[in-house]
Amino acid sequence: MSAQPSERRLARRFARLAAEGRAGLVTFVSAGDPDIDTSLALLKRLPGAGADIVELGMVFSDPMADGPAIQAAGKRALKAGITLKKTLDMVRAFRAADAETPLVLMGYYNPIYVYGNERFVRDARAAGADGVIVVDLPPEEDAELRPLATAQGLDFIRLATPTSDDARLPVILTGASGFIYYVSILGITGTRSAGADVVAGAVARLRRLTQLPIAVGFGIRTAPQAGAIAAVADAAVVGSALVERIAANLDADGRALPALVDDVTGFVSALAKAVRDARLPSRAAGVAE
Amino acid sequence: MPQINTYSAGPDENGHFGLYGGRFVAETLMPLILEVERAYTAAKADADFQRELDYYLRDYVGRPSPLYFAERMTKHFGGAKIYFKREELNHTGAHKINSCMGQILLAQRMGKKRIIAETGAGQHGVATATVCALFGLSCVIYMGQTDIERQAPNVFRMKLLGAELRPVTSGSATLKDAMNEALRDWVANVDSTYYLIGTAAGPHPYPAMVRDFQSVIGREVRAEMLEREGRLPDTLLACVGGGSNAIGLFHSFLDDASVRMIGVEAAGHGLDTGQHAASINGGRPGVLHGNRTYLLHDEDGQITEAHSISAGLDYPGIGPEHSWLNDIGRVEYAAITDREALDAFQLCSRLEGILPALEPAHALAHLGKIAGRLPRDHIIVINLCGRGDKDVFTAARALGVTL
Repeated sequence: MSAQPSERRLARRFARLAAEGRAGLVTFVSAGDPDIDTSLALLKRLPGAGADIVELGMVFSDPMADGPAIQAAGKRALKAGITLKKTLDMVRAFRAADAETPLVLMGYYNPIYVYGNERFVRDARAAGADGVIVVDLPPEEDAELRPLATAQGLDFIRLATPTSDDARLPVILTGASGFIYYVSILGITGTRSAGADVVAGAVARLRRLTQLPIAVGFGIRTAPQAGAIAAVADAAVVGSALVERIAANLDADGRALPALVDDVTGFVSALAKAVRDARLPSRAAGVAE
Repeated sequence: MPQINTYSAGPDENGHFGLYGGRFVAETLMPLILEVERAYTAAKADADFQRELDYYLRDYVGRPSPLYFAERMTKHFGGAKIYFKREELNHTGAHKINSCMGQILLAQRMGKKRIIAETGAGQHGVATATVCALFGLSCVIYMGQTDIERQAPNVFRMKLLGAELRPVTSGSATLKDAMNEALRDWVANVDSTYYLIGTAAGPHPYPAMVRDFQSVIGREVRAEMLEREGRLPDTLLACVGGGSNAIGLFHSFLDDASVRMIGVEAAGHGLDTGQHAASINGGRPGVLHGNRTYLLHDEDGQITEAHSISAGLDYPGIGPEHSWLNDIGRVEYAAITDREALDAFQLCSRLEGILPALEPAHALAHLGKIAGRLPRDHIIVINLCGRGDKDVFTAARALGVTL
């Protein structure tokens, strides 16, 4: 298996987006939320609805960086019987139906560590994953996973944050691959939103230090916000707002209502349109104010 | 790793005790964790900091705490000579204040005005609220809803001290969930806030820093024992949840080969029931709350709920230095059930006129298992790390008494 960046789906996708002159939409859902079948059906529909890259959350019982929406999603998924192995089964099923859309696994370290680092990167790659984000594995600790991942051709995506100062950024950027995930707020997922002008400044600072594409996430909740971020970054990541849509389509017992997948993908389409329109000349002028 | 010729030099520069410890936190927190480490390293080398800490430990906390010869308990078991290190006589009634005092002075050196903390039994919450009141700092305490219900007296004490109490209902609504919420708060408030962790766990430098502040316990025991008996103790006993009182007692003796050390975990309803809080005796290594250590988790790496009658031990992990000390065989780790702890709680009350907290009651129960079989010239020191006033409601309920 080749590990050349040019042959990787993420690099290919960002190259295509650049050629189209637009940013991408990255969607996040937790694997197995609200149940494994519905979650897989939704995952498969996301690219058709306009997701350029899909992130699939590997559920953990103690998600320290997540707000109430994603905490609740994880709880639903665990109740439905999700495991890391079943999450990788979902990846395999997604990949069988979609050869091109990059899929990134995102989660916390303990389930990976317990699964076994070598076994995880091998199985994740074989299932068709393209990258991995491990929220609680900073550069100081990732030597036990990152080289294994990149050797398998799995991009190891690192996070940069508003606290990443000039001393910190080189530590983060050295060894990162795939893209840089810029966490646009101080805080957990789904709680605050950053202004596009502040994000633009942060992205510009990152661009001076790295050639990697920059995706911005945490706090993008609406189509206009996604559009504003898409005007300044290479991709906009939407997670909690999608997960809240899932929660809004459950019956009193927590079971998926028939309209769930259509409703969530409808929201994704609206986000995708805003992202695609963000750099049309008429809009670009507005955003640059 | 260099050749080990001491057990007390750890962790390495990255906060690792062998396989354990480290800094497994979200990137947002990394610069702050590194800043805490720099500030602590500087404070440790600053004689003024140590002088100020010593002043407050003496005049405010009431140190040194006595080393008390428990004569009636010694006679009762008819074996080893038993001493209590009376940490329950500290201001606020537990050892927790030792580390709170050190950390609050550090937080002020760092210019932080807002303090957050997690608490299980409420002892750390009370100690944190106390030092915040002392220095006029804003204080937010995260506490699991389950613990709030079983530790009502401490909840009220924290409020009297001016702390804002935030109930945590996520997960099992106990200590681990309170720690999750405190970490979430910290990520959102990195500029203003210092996270005052209550035990010798979490991301580096906390395990080493909390240990250093708690090591005053062992240093005093060494001096007191040399003065009293002219020699070192033979066995040290302490309960272990996160393990700060145990590491505080053990650390100064790690290189004294003649001193046996036993940490006592909470076996809850029994190790074979799955309802316990014994991370070493009933768990495996994993990564949670910023460090790699022994944890209670399932085959998929999901953290499982701990159970102990003692809220302060009801945590599915343990400080990383204990995990290392276990693996290298320097410290033994035993486990005591709820029932055994309750029996020891009552025995100590009747024999010595001291109501121990349910946490050290676990160590007292293990003492009962070993003391009678040891010779009379064998000296055991047990860390009586907290007083039991907070536990009278829990104990009454468990004993079928309506108050």
